[in-house]
Amino acid sequence: MGIRIDLENCTGCGDCVPSCPFGLIEIIDEKAHIGEGCTLCGVCREACSFEAIVIDKAAVTGVADDTHRGVWVFAEGSHSRLRSVGYELLAKGRELADVLGTELCAVCLGHNLSGAEELIAHGADRVYLADDPALAHNEEDFFTGELVRLIREHKPEVVIAGATSLGRAFIPRVAAILKTGLTADCTDLGIDAGKRLLLQTRPTFGGNIMATIICPAKRPQMATVRPRVFRKGVPDKSRQGQIIKVDFKKEGITSRTKLIDFVEDITEKVKLEDADVIVSGGRGLGKAENFRLIEELASVLGAAVASSRPPVDEGWIPYSHQVGQTGKTVCTKLYIACGISGAVQHLAGMQTSDTIVAINRDPAAPIFEVASYGIVGDLFEVVPELIAKLKT
Amino acid sequence: MAGMNILVCLKQVPGTTQVKIDPQTNTLVRQGIESICNPFDTYALEEGIRLRERYGGKVTALSMGPPQAEPMLKEAISIGADEAILLSDSAFAGSDTLATASTLARAVVKIGSCDLIICGRQTLDGDTGQVGPELAEMLGISFVAYVSKVEEVDRDGMRVQRMVEDGHEVMKVELPAVMTVVKEINIPRLPSLRGMVRAKSATIPVWTARELGVAAGEVGMPASATQVIRVFFPQRVSKGEMLPGDAEAQAESLVTRLRESKLI
Repeated sequence: MGIRIDLENCTGCGDCVPSCPFGLIEIIDEKAHIGEGCTLCGVCREACSFEAIVIDKAAVTGVADDTHRGVWVFAEGSHSRLRSVGYELLAKGRELADVLGTELCAVCLGHNLSGAEELIAHGADRVYLADDPALAHNEEDFFTGELVRLIREHKPEVVIAGATSLGRAFIPRVAAILKTGLTADCTDLGIDAGKRLLLQTRPTFGGNIMATIICPAKRPQMATVRPRVFRKGVPDKSRQGQIIKVDFKKEGITSRTKLIDFVEDITEKVKLEDADVIVSGGRGLGKAENFRLIEELASVLGAAVASSRPPVDEGWIPYSHQVGQTGKTVCTKLYIACGISGAVQHLAGMQTSDTIVAINRDPAAPIFEVASYGIVGDLFEVVPELIAKLKT
Repeated sequence: MAGMNILVCLKQVPGTTQVKIDPQTNTLVRQGIESICNPFDTYALEEGIRLRERYGGKVTALSMGPPQAEPMLKEAISIGADEAILLSDSAFAGSDTLATASTLARAVVKIGSCDLIICGRQTLDGDTGQVGPELAEMLGISFVAYVSKVEEVDRDGMRVQRMVEDGHEVMKVELPAVMTVVKEINIPRLPSLRGMVRAKSATIPVWTARELGVAAGEVGMPASATQVIRVFFPQRVSKGEMLPGDAEAQAESLVTRLRESKLI
C-alpha cells in the first residue's frame, strides 16, 4: 500500500513537482521521487500525463451492507422554524433518490417546530418528526443519540445534513458512532447508479483543488453541505407524503452539555443567509468607519452587509458578517464586492452567486475573474455615485 | 479546579496562502515549500497554556504526521507546552477523518488521564472540522464546538461561550471534554526565550502503530471509510464585462445593467 512511481512511464518531465501541496516531489536522475511525508492526497497523479504515479489503494475490506435503502436529509430547525438549508438539501436529495430509485426522507428533531408539511412539498416522501421539550434547543447529545437510533432502525443508504454550526458539530459524532465515512462541505453530490455510490465533491486545500470522494464499504454514506450551495426547489403543495411521529426518549442518552444562555448578534440587520442582495466590504475600506458607506449602499438596495476576512480580523465588523471559507457561504442573486481582492478563501464563499459586481482599484485583483461586472476604480468615488444613482 | 491535564491537537499543513493556481498550466504554483502549524491550532495551544496558567496542570501537544512535523512540536514547547508527542508511521498515511480520530483516540488512551482536549475549529488543508467531534465520540466524552471564551472551569465542568450563526451561546460542559476553538478566543503568544531553550533540549517521543498497539489494517487508508477517487482543479471562466469610464459613468452603466436584468 502506498504511492510509487512507475519508472517505465515516468519521463522526468517534472509536471508533478509543483503539483504536490506538500512540496515532496523531486526529479532525481530524470525520474520523479516522492519524499517522506506523503499523505496520498493524489494531486500529483492528476498532474501526471503519463500515468506514472500509482497509488495502490488498500483492498476495501468488507462489502457495503446492501440492505440499506433511502436518502435522508436532516432538516434543521432554529427557534421553532425550519432552516432553509433543509429545503435546499431536499431539492438535491430528490434528484439523488430518483437516480437511486428510492425514497427521500426528512428527519426533523425539535419542539413545536412548524413546517413539517413544507418538507413534503419540497420533495420528501416521508418525514420522521420527533417533537419533545428536551429537543427544543438543538441539544447535540440528544440529537446525536436520536439520529443514530433512527439510522440503525431504518437503514438509509445516504444521509445528508447542513454544514451549519449544529450540523458540523453533531453529524461527525453520528458518523463516528456508526463507524462510517463523512465528507464535509460538499459543493456537489451525484450518484454512481451502478454501484449505488454517493459521489461527494468538495473543495480542499483552501479551494485550490476539488476532490471527489466515495464511501465504498460503509453505510450510510454521509455528507454535509453548506447552506446556499444548493438551490431550494419550488414547493409543490399537492405532493403526498407521510409524517411519522417519532417517540423520543431521552433516557438512555447521556447528556453532558447544557445550554445556559443565547445572546443574539444584533448588528446583523438583514440575515446573510436570507438575503437576495449582499453588499460586501474588504480590506480596501481602510478603517471601521468606512463600513458606513457599505451600510448606506446596502440600505438603499435593501441588502445585507457582508465582509471578507480582513475587516473581521481588524475588528471593523463582527464575525457573523464574514463570507468565505471560514465564514458563511452565500449564493445570492446579486453580490457587490467593494474593496475585496478576492482571495480563494473568500471566493469559496460567494462565487456561486448569480451576479457578482466587483469594485476594486487593482485591475489584476482575482475578484474580477469571478465578476459579472467589473469596475476598476476607487470605491470611495464609485460607491457614492452608485448611491446617488440608485436614489434617483 | 486544581490542576488540569490538557491535550492540544496540532496539525502541520502546507501554508496555503502560498498556493496559487497558474492560469496557463492550471497547476498549483508554490513559492517555497514551507509547512506551518495549522493557524486555528495555534489558538488551541494558546488557550491550553492560558488554562494551565489559571488552574495549574500540564499541557501536552499531540500531532499525527510525518517526521517533518517535529519542529512544529518543538515550537509548541517553546511557546509553552510542557511536552509533545508525535504519532508518525507510514502506515498512518491516507487517513481520513475517521481513521485520524481513531488513531488520536488510541494515543489519548495511552497518555492516560486527561481533562480537556483542545483542537482548532478546522484545518487549512483538509478543512473538515470533523476530527474533534469524532475523537470526542470515540472517547465517549463531552464535545463542544466553536468556543470563543472559556468563562470558568470547576469541578462540575466548564462554562464556555461558543459562536453560532446568529450570535453566541453560553454552555455548561462536563469534563473530560473535547472542545474546538475559534480565532476570537485569544491572541496566540510568541515563543519565549526560556521556552526556546527548553525546546532545544526537549526530546519528542515518536509513537508508531506498534507503540499504539494497532495493527496495520486498523490505521491509515485501510481504516478509512472514505476514498478520494478524483482530484481536479476548479474551472474559473471569466465571463465578466468591465465597465469603462470615470466613477460616474461606471456607476451609471452598472445601475442601468442591474435595472435591465431586474436585479434591483
